[in-house]
Amino acid sequence: MTFQLEVENLDVRYDNYQVLNQISFALESAKIGCILGPSGCGKTTVLRAIAGFEPAFGGRILIDQIEVSSSHYCMATERRNIGMIFQDFALFPHLSVADNIGFGLKSWPAKERQERVQELLAMTGMPAYGQAYPHQLSGGQQQRVALARAMAPRPGLLLMDEPFSSMDVDLREQLAREVRDILKQENITAILVTHDQHEAFALADEICVMNEGRIEQRDSGYNLYHQPVNRFVADFIGQGVIIPATVESRHSVRTELGSIEGKLPPQREKGALVDVLIRPDDVIHDDDSSETAIVVDKSFRGADFLYFLRMDSGIEVMCLAPSHHNHKINERIGIRLDVDHLVIFDRSN
Amino acid sequence: MAKSKIRSPVSRLEGLWQPGILLTALVFSIPVLTIASFLLYPSGDIWQHLVDTVLADYLLNSVLLMTGVGLGTFSMGVTCAWLTSLCQFPGKKFFIWTLLLPLAMPAYIIAYTYTGMFDFAGPVQTQIRDWTGWEYGDYFFPEVRSLGGAIAMLSLVLYPYVYLLARAAFIEQSVCVIEVSRTLGCSVWASFYRVALPLARPAIVAGLSLALMETLADYGTVSYFGIGVFTTGIFRTWFGLGDSAAAAKLAAILLLFVFSLVVIERWSRQRAQYHHTTNRYSQLPVYRLTGARALIACVACALPLIFGFILPAFQLSLWAIDTYAVMIDSSFFKLVLHTILLGVSTALLAVLLALFMVYGRRVLASKLVFASIRVVAIGYAVPGTIIAVGVIIPLTWFDNTLDSYMREHFDVSTGLLLSGSLFALMFAYLVRFLAVSIQSVESGLVKIKLSMDEAARSLGRKSADILFNVHLPLMKGSVLTALLIVFVDVMKELPATLILRPFNFNTLAVRAFELASDERLADSSTAALMIVVVGLLPVILLSKSIASSRAGS
Repeated sequence: MTFQLEVENLDVRYDNYQVLNQISFALESAKIGCILGPSGCGKTTVLRAIAGFEPAFGGRILIDQIEVSSSHYCMATERRNIGMIFQDFALFPHLSVADNIGFGLKSWPAKERQERVQELLAMTGMPAYGQAYPHQLSGGQQQRVALARAMAPRPGLLLMDEPFSSMDVDLREQLAREVRDILKQENITAILVTHDQHEAFALADEICVMNEGRIEQRDSGYNLYHQPVNRFVADFIGQGVIIPATVESRHSVRTELGSIEGKLPPQREKGALVDVLIRPDDVIHDDDSSETAIVVDKSFRGADFLYFLRMDSGIEVMCLAPSHHNHKINERIGIRLDVDHLVIFDRSN
Repeated sequence: MAKSKIRSPVSRLEGLWQPGILLTALVFSIPVLTIASFLLYPSGDIWQHLVDTVLADYLLNSVLLMTGVGLGTFSMGVTCAWLTSLCQFPGKKFFIWTLLLPLAMPAYIIAYTYTGMFDFAGPVQTQIRDWTGWEYGDYFFPEVRSLGGAIAMLSLVLYPYVYLLARAAFIEQSVCVIEVSRTLGCSVWASFYRVALPLARPAIVAGLSLALMETLADYGTVSYFGIGVFTTGIFRTWFGLGDSAAAAKLAAILLLFVFSLVVIERWSRQRAQYHHTTNRYSQLPVYRLTGARALIACVACALPLIFGFILPAFQLSLWAIDTYAVMIDSSFFKLVLHTILLGVSTALLAVLLALFMVYGRRVLASKLVFASIRVVAIGYAVPGTIIAVGVIIPLTWFDNTLDSYMREHFDVSTGLLLSGSLFALMFAYLVRFLAVSIQSVESGLVKIKLSMDEAARSLGRKSADILFNVHLPLMKGSVLTALLIVFVDVMKELPATLILRPFNFNTLAVRAFELASDERLADSSTAALMIVVVGLLPVILLSKSIASSRAGS
């Protein structure tokens, strides 16, 4: 298998402060990767190191099998054959949309350049805007121009730094899907950096969750949600609570809500105290269940309700129920567990 | 963020860049440091004489002048700012930009003009005597050449500083706070006094500080009116008593006044940032004035405009029509040529130095560079008189030292090499006006975000390429503005030119001043009018930019 991008044990330091610690991942050709994490985790630095804006202190970066960064070398950005979309788009205000898109095509023959610009204007749904100037465009349109400009020279790798962060929340997912379609159509290998998991899910084939300069987990969105490897990922992706449990057998743990079956790590002894991740969709509202809990709070989300429930022991869990089950606060409702993926952590103190 | 060598488009120069900027800042602080050092200099006889006789007068007159100009610029500036930002009345759009026109009128020129019009022999008093048959002493007429007259002249041309900053503050105030105050039961005037005015206070104080700095810097008006303040005192001590140390000591005291104003101004500007209540702006609520109120508003805005610009410009034009045929001769062209030569070369140097420093700050992002730029930026507040004295003292020392060294070792006399040369004059101009060009160049550079450089690099463009295709087109406007502003400031500058110009080297400003001082007011009008007309250019630019900028719309 060949990788379009390989990052090996990348360290980046600002003065003496370690920003990135042993970052390693690789991305296959024509795949879309995502670096997801809270602000300040170092995700933008990864992108800037790949782009060549930050030198590597240790480790190395390969783009299309060629080493572009190592502790003693940093290839100039303009020679890396990358495209980049910036958080603020960084469109050139003195150039028209067409000239912005053609900016990276300087060495192309005029005719081909024109055709490529027209092609991208059409692809991004803006054929009528070639002569417009950036300040005349809406945020969404500026974003498309930034995308078209970055893709124009057919870069080997496209880098996107929080490209949707200035958009309305309603627009982000839709735009992310549009961008995904365009990237797939052009067979572009791309990396997205974001703090928004919904953007990551909508756009990426695989996701690295980062925290404090390290990669915590690298997986598909589905697995990050259902099989987080540690508490940070469990907490950062999706909602849920962590409740205490006791190991019952090789295949089950006992919680206050009943037994949960699933695969356990081999070293867990019977009777060991552990914590279990319970997602809102693991708790099923069931009027026939013998287990009950009191509704503490609820939020209406259209198709469903998210209930916050307190059990008799005082432990609180969340429950996702279809929205025709409309219960009042302080009402006692029946619940049962239906856990597909057992996620166990060491007991925290 | 750490420095990274990759970010700069001109990274190879980096090694020399920071030391270069520090050296520039150091060289440009020499005049002010020289003067400041005279605070500690032992007093001589002449200084003691000054203390015994005139120092108290200088202090009193300066304080009275500042108080008067403060009140004058405040009342005109704030009233006009309030009316043109939050009220609607006929002619408002016209007043918004024409109220800036007095900025083009140097105070010394308006002073000659008013003297010519309202003096005993002027057309107004002559007309009164013709109509009434009164003789000298039969009637009262305010004396133009007095402290009160100087206050009026300076207020009429300096109020635009207060007007500009106060208006910007009124416009930037979110409408919400004014609307809230009205829902809480404040009347229009109560919400002005209790909400809008306090919120704009830092901006108004900053505007007043600028106007007062110009007041302290003024030499032409006070000297023409014969008022003893620091600038005139420095001239008298320097040329009349020939004591450079005592003159420098006077300058040092004036410097203390100036620095207090600088501190007040910078502090107010910082506070002004905290007074932004929200980032949301809606269309400004406009108090629609009709009938008598609209008329009053119109008159209130028209008065400063008429007396600060239209009337003096009209008088100058009348005189110029009378005298230009005699005045415009080969020596006049030489004046124009000198003025242009000085202005253009200083402006070019100022912009090059500004680019050097401002780009240095962007690329190096170092605290030392940042501090250097702040040090250089103080120059705009320092009166030309102080700078001139601060330039000539070290240059004379340098010349004399060099001369005696060369005589001793090579038996050659170098004479006065630098002092009394154009070099000294241009250096003084740069000390005073570099700040202006830095500010303008900077306003262009902040619009080029670092991500634009990075975007261009990610698209395969090299440094020089980025400089020409991204920076140059985006910086063009602000660089040209910087050139224009420095050129006009140099053209208007009077006291430093008077002190430092080479022998027999005249500029328009100097010539106008000399003719006016010889009571040849009509003859001075051609040069004066020329200064005013060229001075209009940056004012027009300024008024265009405030007309097109309306936050949030």
